[in-house]
Amino acid sequence: MDITDNKENMTEAPVLLSVRGLVKSFDGKTVLDGIDLDVRQGEVVVIVGPSGCGKSTLLRCINALEPIQGGEVLLDGQKIEKDGKNLTAIRQKIGMVFQSYDLFPHLTVLDNITLAPQKVQKRPRREAEEEAISLLKRVGLEGKAGSYPRELSGGQKQRVAIVRALILHPEVMLFDEVTAALDPEMVREVLDVILQLARQGRTMLIVTHEMQFARAIADRVIFLDEGHVLEDLPPERFFTEPGTERAKNFLHMFEFEAVR
Amino acid sequence: MDWTVIAEYMPLFREAAFLTVRLGLTGIAIAIAVGIACAVVLYYRIPVLKTLVSFYIELSRNTPLLVQLFFIYYGLPKIGISTNPVFCGISGLAFLGGSYMCEAFRSGLEAIPPIQSESAESLGMSRLQVMRYVIFPQALSISVPALMANVIFLMKETSIFSAVSIMDLMFTAKDLIGLYYRTTESLFLLVVFYLIILLPISILGSLLERRLRYAGFGA
Repeated sequence: MDITDNKENMTEAPVLLSVRGLVKSFDGKTVLDGIDLDVRQGEVVVIVGPSGCGKSTLLRCINALEPIQGGEVLLDGQKIEKDGKNLTAIRQKIGMVFQSYDLFPHLTVLDNITLAPQKVQKRPRREAEEEAISLLKRVGLEGKAGSYPRELSGGQKQRVAIVRALILHPEVMLFDEVTAALDPEMVREVLDVILQLARQGRTMLIVTHEMQFARAIADRVIFLDEGHVLEDLPPERFFTEPGTERAKNFLHMFEFEAVR
Repeated sequence: MDWTVIAEYMPLFREAAFLTVRLGLTGIAIAIAVGIACAVVLYYRIPVLKTLVSFYIELSRNTPLLVQLFFIYYGLPKIGISTNPVFCGISGLAFLGGSYMCEAFRSGLEAIPPIQSESAESLGMSRLQVMRYVIFPQALSISVPALMANVIFLMKETSIFSAVSIMDLMFTAKDLIGLYYRTTESLFLLVVFYLIILLPISILGSLLERRLRYAGFGA
């Protein structure tokens, strides 16, 4: 899997998404404690960490689904605020796919995908549908346009959810443990779609528990623990010689000692 | 039972049935509108309005329709608002029905998992668009059984209209019994006409429910 082509100049690409000193707390309990993070154009950043470390919350804060208590999030230098008046415009530039299946159950696959282009971006139905079909082809689901979400498998639903985000032409994609709720045999088909996006040079921020996938796709791995960024390393370094004891312990959980 | 009497009474009951249906459906339509508005207020927990709506719901559900009708019919003119029986009947039914409809819609709205609004919002939809295209259609289909039960309940409640001298089915039956002592025929026609009105609503309700179940909405 060679996805590193065209990525030599990464350090010179402009910063697309910038998180500065982000603080998030729920009922006085601090979940994210001063997060700093830059994502450059075309970069794939994978966030890992023990459950409850605030990975998903970080993604939700970036998309302003959660109000934040401090710091700021900037996309293209524009501040993302929960009650900002340009929020819907900025959100179109951020595609998000969630862990649980979040397709609209009362709409067909095609309508799920074309609802936002038509209502939010005011694009003509015909044009939105044509693009939807061509995107569905790319994820191998062109035959499912007329199906309802309940007729799809978990992996198929997640691929549709990815297409639904892509059709708005986002500048950055956020993936929040998109394979965590899937049966093992369906994980691959979803990860392959994400790999394909990485090859096209998409900017992505990915929260995942699939360590092999993280290693294959990431330009940088962020290790988050107790609300702090403890590591920010290229994947090879992170998985072979992480700098902190906590990261070592975390990685150790994914290994099994031989019994015999 | 004297069939010639029944034939003779028929036109009177038909007139009364039309009036019952007209007032009933108008009142129910307003009740649905009131119910949706109140349910949305409660769903978004809009300050001040939320308190007013809760007060209205308790007031409306915990007082009998007859009392509400008397209040509108005799009470409002005392504070300078003139009423007539038709206005009184429709507004009484809407006042009572609004709270029941609100509860039906609210339970539907709250059954929709938050991830639905979040994913719609993350696609850049405004709050209004999220409600209109994503939340409301799903909530409505979940509410249909409760909604249809309310429609039938409210339609039957119209029998109280006779107390404020609306010439509905009940009024007509009581009138004829009082005038000619034709109790059997009058009561027979009363039952038949209520069934003619309510059975189609019941059947429509179960058809709707089955259709929505097959469509698998909310699943």
